[in-house]
Amino acid sequence: MPRFESIDHLREYRRQLIAKRDPNQPQVLVCAGPGCLPMGSEDVAAAFREELEKNGLAAKVVLKECGCHGLCAGAVRVLLRPQEITYQHVKAEDVPEIVEKTLKDGQVVDRLVYEDPHTQEKAAHKKDIPFFKGQMPIVLRKLDVIDPTSLDDYLALGGYRGLRKALLEMKADDIIDAIDKSGLRGRGGGGFPTGRKWRICQEVEDEPKFIICNGDEGDPGAFMDRAVMEGDPHAVIEGMIIGAFAIGASKGYIYVRHEYPLAVSRLQMAIDQCRESGFLGKNILRSGFDFDIKISRGAGAFVCGEETSLIHSMEGFIGEPSPRPPYPAQSGLFGKPTVINNVETWANVPEIINLGADWYADIGTEKSKGTKVFSLVGAVNQTGLVEVPMGTTLRQIVYDLGGGIRQDREFKAVQTGGPSGGCIPPQFLDLPVDYDSLQSVGSIMGSGGMIVMDTSSCMVDVARYFINFLYQESCGKCTPCREGLKQILFILDEIIHGRGQEEHLGLMEELCAVMSAASICGLGKSAVNPIRSTMKYFREEYLSHIRDKKCHALVCRPLLKYTVDPETCTGCLACVRECPVGAISGKKKMAQEIDQELCIKCGLCYEACQFEAIKIE
Amino acid sequence: MDLPRLETILSRYEGEPWDLIPVLQDIQDSYSYLPKDELQVVSERLNVPLTQIYSVATFFKMFSLIPKGKHQIKVCTGTTCHLKGSHRVAESLSHRLGVEVGYTTKDMQFSLDTVGCLGSCAQAPVMMVDDKYYGRTTVDKVPKILKLYK
Repeated sequence: MPRFESIDHLREYRRQLIAKRDPNQPQVLVCAGPGCLPMGSEDVAAAFREELEKNGLAAKVVLKECGCHGLCAGAVRVLLRPQEITYQHVKAEDVPEIVEKTLKDGQVVDRLVYEDPHTQEKAAHKKDIPFFKGQMPIVLRKLDVIDPTSLDDYLALGGYRGLRKALLEMKADDIIDAIDKSGLRGRGGGGFPTGRKWRICQEVEDEPKFIICNGDEGDPGAFMDRAVMEGDPHAVIEGMIIGAFAIGASKGYIYVRHEYPLAVSRLQMAIDQCRESGFLGKNILRSGFDFDIKISRGAGAFVCGEETSLIHSMEGFIGEPSPRPPYPAQSGLFGKPTVINNVETWANVPEIINLGADWYADIGTEKSKGTKVFSLVGAVNQTGLVEVPMGTTLRQIVYDLGGGIRQDREFKAVQTGGPSGGCIPPQFLDLPVDYDSLQSVGSIMGSGGMIVMDTSSCMVDVARYFINFLYQESCGKCTPCREGLKQILFILDEIIHGRGQEEHLGLMEELCAVMSAASICGLGKSAVNPIRSTMKYFREEYLSHIRDKKCHALVCRPLLKYTVDPETCTGCLACVRECPVGAISGKKKMAQEIDQELCIKCGLCYEACQFEAIKIE
Repeated sequence: MDLPRLETILSRYEGEPWDLIPVLQDIQDSYSYLPKDELQVVSERLNVPLTQIYSVATFFKMFSLIPKGKHQIKVCTGTTCHLKGSHRVAESLSHRLGVEVGYTTKDMQFSLDTVGCLGSCAQAPVMMVDDKYYGRTTVDKVPKILKLYK
């Protein structure tokens, strides 16, 4: 990698790079994103390497392990260019056939292409797959085609063009004006206008100033930021350099969860490449501007996603929040002005500078501009990462992109915004998704987790899940959050154990009112959303737990009864081996029986049984 | 105490109080826990009281004051994993290893923990052994996965 001495040098290098690359050269792009990695993408890539070698194709065909391809339901996914054929559920043993048929003969391997869950229609090309129609990738645009470890790949697709323009053609004020005009709002969940935040920080007369990228993606059910940090690390870094130039910061930090080791190593690699080639360090591209970035690993605390807690932990203290104002933009890290934005926000910046504020402001709704990446997971057919213009309806996301509910079950709710969000019921499926509309129905945008639930989910259990999560994660500094969560959890446990009373619902409402009014930080203030939204939209479900002692979704353990159907039981003893308390007995090859006194209702037998002989009521 | 090992870690930092968490992370990664004697040295070098080190070490989930096992098992309990029965995976592991969640087996081979979210939600339920992810881990897959590490 050369060290770019000037902006012209960079332009010339990019020109040669593009000229050198043959657009018709065959490429095998294996997804190694968060969805495909656990399904064995490394084995698939290794099999390709071996097979290409064996067939003498190693020099002819480019093999890359890329970031997330989006449609995680089809893991492991492989994209073959230039034909743009996509294969799904690829295993290492399928690789010889792909090499033989597609790479050598140009034929499509039919059994590996996408199949519509309803019509069984097949689609081999990305553009024909409904999941990708209606999406507008800006942040995810490069993920499935670049090698995240290659700076050349990023440059060839226009990378660092935004930085070039910022340094060459714009003054600091112009950049902030552009971000302001684009309407970009914080993608971490709060939705604060990014340009305004930068302006506040720029105007404070204090030095040094800092930039932080918040990659502490702690919301369970969200993995957009992980996918971006792992799949396109340079986009985040480029955004940060532009931001630093605009506000006059000399040092930046990327705060990454320690649960994301791959994101840490990819970002570190990208930072090293930037230092080597002159995008980071002293006198960047000979512009006279100095800036460097360091990675800060989180140590495992959900509350550190909150900006003041994150800053405290970077200073070597525990992650406790402090009341705002002052905002970090005025007084942040070490008491100095600090702009802190989320991964996705930073990744949007280079494109906005490159393509212009007007282009960006044309996308989306009146008050929420641009696109948003969601991790669409749960009970939909097509799970994965989607990027849609703001204002796309929930129905479009769940049914058109997500392919509807699995096994044609009934849609029950979609949970957005992580533990601080709410559960949105079917009557709001036509709601256009943006910051304000989600708030109007008692949820929040949050960082972009979108968990779809069908009738097999119990909303009381879901509420308990989030409250328990927040109870565990509450830092304990302020009383409303610490004690409020404890009491709500206690009440929910009573309800789930069949000891609930109707007065409990009123008590929970009271607790919610105090918590949302008096907690110090967002964790406590918004912790009431899961409770309020479920009590409002799914009150009947609470009442059936309380009055009839029944969980109709068959989820709340204390209210269930496990039995063996003697007709279907083959006596294979799989359940007996799994039962942790020895509650199942019977002779081999004969129907088994569950001792209700001993049974702890853990459900292990239910899952171990291959014959569906365990019944729950 | 293995002083050279600790010195290598400390030499990566400038010795400022705000280096505390990265230093502790490196110690945790290298020793699989935070030994008391080492913390004493860290306290003197970074000029951070031992009480603050204790508060940090017990606040964040990645730190442990007792040694962890050779292999770290993390069961994801994120929302999607929860809905898809990750608690059953955790219970099955706990039953097969003979330890409660949060503890280490007597032979020091496995530590079993649950985590908030591993970020592979589309393949729920997910578990991780050391740095390797396992997707769609139903109860019947648990013994097969454990076997790879025994």
